[in-house]
Amino acid sequence: MGDKIATREAYGSALAEFGGDNRIVVLDADLSKSTKTDTFKKKYPERFINMGIAEANMMATAAGLASCGKIVFASSFAMFAAGRAFEQVRNSICYPRLNVKIGATHAGITVGEDGASHQAIEDIAIMRAVPNMVVLSPSDAVETRHAVKAAIEHDGPVYLRLGRLAVPALYSEENFTFELGKGITVAEGTDVTIIATGLMVHTAVAAKEILAGEGIQARVIDIHTIKPIDQGIILKAAKETGAIVTAEEHNVIGGLGSAVAEVLIQNCPVPLKMIGVQDKFGKSGKPDKLLEMYGLTANDIVSQVKEVLKLKNK
Amino acid sequence: MSEYSLNDLKKISYKIRMNVIEQVYHAASGHPGGSLSSADIFTVLYFSEMNVDPKNPKWEERDRFVLSKGHCSPALYATLAEKGFFPKEDLSTFRQADSYLEGHPNMTYVPGVDMSTGSLGQGISAAVGMALAGKLDKKDYRVYALLGDGELQEGQVWEALMAAAHYKLDNMVAFLDYNRLQIDGKITEVMSPEPVADKFEAFGWKVINAFGHDHQQLKEALAEAKKTKGKPTMIIAHTTKGKGVSFMEDAAGWHGTAPNKEQRDQAIAELNAVVLELEGK
Ligand SMILES: Cc1ncc(C[n+]2csc(CCOP(=O)(O)OP(=O)(O)O)c2C)c(N)n1
Ligand SMILES: [Mg+2]
Repeated sequence: MGDKIATREAYGSALAEFGGDNRIVVLDADLSKSTKTDTFKKKYPERFINMGIAEANMMATAAGLASCGKIVFASSFAMFAAGRAFEQVRNSICYPRLNVKIGATHAGITVGEDGASHQAIEDIAIMRAVPNMVVLSPSDAVETRHAVKAAIEHDGPVYLRLGRLAVPALYSEENFTFELGKGITVAEGTDVTIIATGLMVHTAVAAKEILAGEGIQARVIDIHTIKPIDQGIILKAAKETGAIVTAEEHNVIGGLGSAVAEVLIQNCPVPLKMIGVQDKFGKSGKPDKLLEMYGLTANDIVSQVKEVLKLKNK
Repeated sequence: MSEYSLNDLKKISYKIRMNVIEQVYHAASGHPGGSLSSADIFTVLYFSEMNVDPKNPKWEERDRFVLSKGHCSPALYATLAEKGFFPKEDLSTFRQADSYLEGHPNMTYVPGVDMSTGSLGQGISAAVGMALAGKLDKKDYRVYALLGDGELQEGQVWEALMAAAHYKLDNMVAFLDYNRLQIDGKITEVMSPEPVADKFEAFGWKVINAFGHDHQQLKEALAEAKKTKGKPTMIIAHTTKGKGVSFMEDAAGWHGTAPNKEQRDQAIAELNAVVLELEGK
């Protein structure tokens, strides 16, 4: 098992680990202790710039730095990075395809007690809708480390979706490979496929185990790159298992489920069910309690798998 | 409205502070620092200045209040409960999944909350909208807003200040909780908004400085604001973050940290001692 580590924590550590490259500059908006960019700041204070509580200005400033050859990481909560500064990200970063990486922490409802105003459930939808943007959504510490490395190596805008809640390890460094735009088959299965991202990959694995006990063999796929999405792995799963359930800590409108549906409907339509926030705002509460209230548990996945199997076998 | 003596007001402000601590302690999360620094502003607004009716929270003629720095919901909720908008017992449910007392104020569910806030910089714009509506409808209500000094870094704040002066919104008063701290440290070290008074003036606002823990000074500032015609008023309330709890005072670390049991007990003891003293016990 090992210790639980939040992906925001792994993000801060990765910035410090790979931050030796002098082109890297890290910006934050008065949340460096929460986004964990302070881990980088401690090691490379001269390349850390606090922009104050001014996210829109931070994003366009990041664009300017990038236009002068810097690799810029700009961090805030997902709500303010993708939401508050949306149009700066769109017009100043993505349109000129500048080398800015947005480290957006506290995504989804597991923000917990801060409540709806701080729980971004639309960020995948709006970030993936912008041309030139790459959208990454890692599920554990190891994957986050590799996602940060891939973001540095990729020339262009990247949105990194990270969580506040500590999560167990899904992968170990030995024999882990991360390829931008390629999904990972976490577990094989032939009856149905659960395609998940971020925190929900863990939940999908738990659901797979419950299903196995009932004689249903579910494949589990981790989509760490939501855009560009791995069409190959999705279509292979559709052909081989004939039914798909998606799972994400995000609104069911416009997120991973929608991205998967776009691929399926145009190439290989198979029955699909989507697990996610059902077009409602979040609220305050303990993360685990909220996951239950919003239908994001392993049992919720199990029941949707059964529903989708009914459609498959019709 | 019944008149409260300065002694009464002081007692109320310390009861509000105690309920700030209790909420954050029970929730094991939330923002004590800025709630304690603004407790006196809340006290004077709701117990001396504003025309509101706890029995009829949506009364159309009421004065409005917008907590632009929405993270200080514990102070707002404690004040509204003290005023009778909802039962004080509910405060212990703050930030829990089955409660209506969201981490940041939600106008849909909490009686007495006039605007949903939490994302810094937006509340002040909503207050401008309310003041504009008051002018359009030729109503007498007044609109009050509370800003954080770190919040001033949001460009939107200045857009709102510009608009309020442009439309001569003399039915609007904003308070600056000038406690000089934000999350990452001193405002002047993170991203200085100084000189704040000169900037407000340059943006067309009447500026009044007051000691933010002195109820008499806050009352006088509000009276002067009422006399000011043709422009909005900014009351710069000079405060201490964490005011009233010795170990939370002027410490950035208590911005968004909940006290443990021991710290809660000490805080409550310190605050309660002031209440007892005021009651002559
Ligand atoms: C747009 C936005 N960005 C960031 C935050 C996170 N945040 C909450 S409080 C805070 C610091 C506020 O400092 P200040 O305005 O001085 O408040 P006070 O000292 O009165 O508590 C920050 C950055 C937020 N709520 N909204
Ligand atoms: Mg402050």
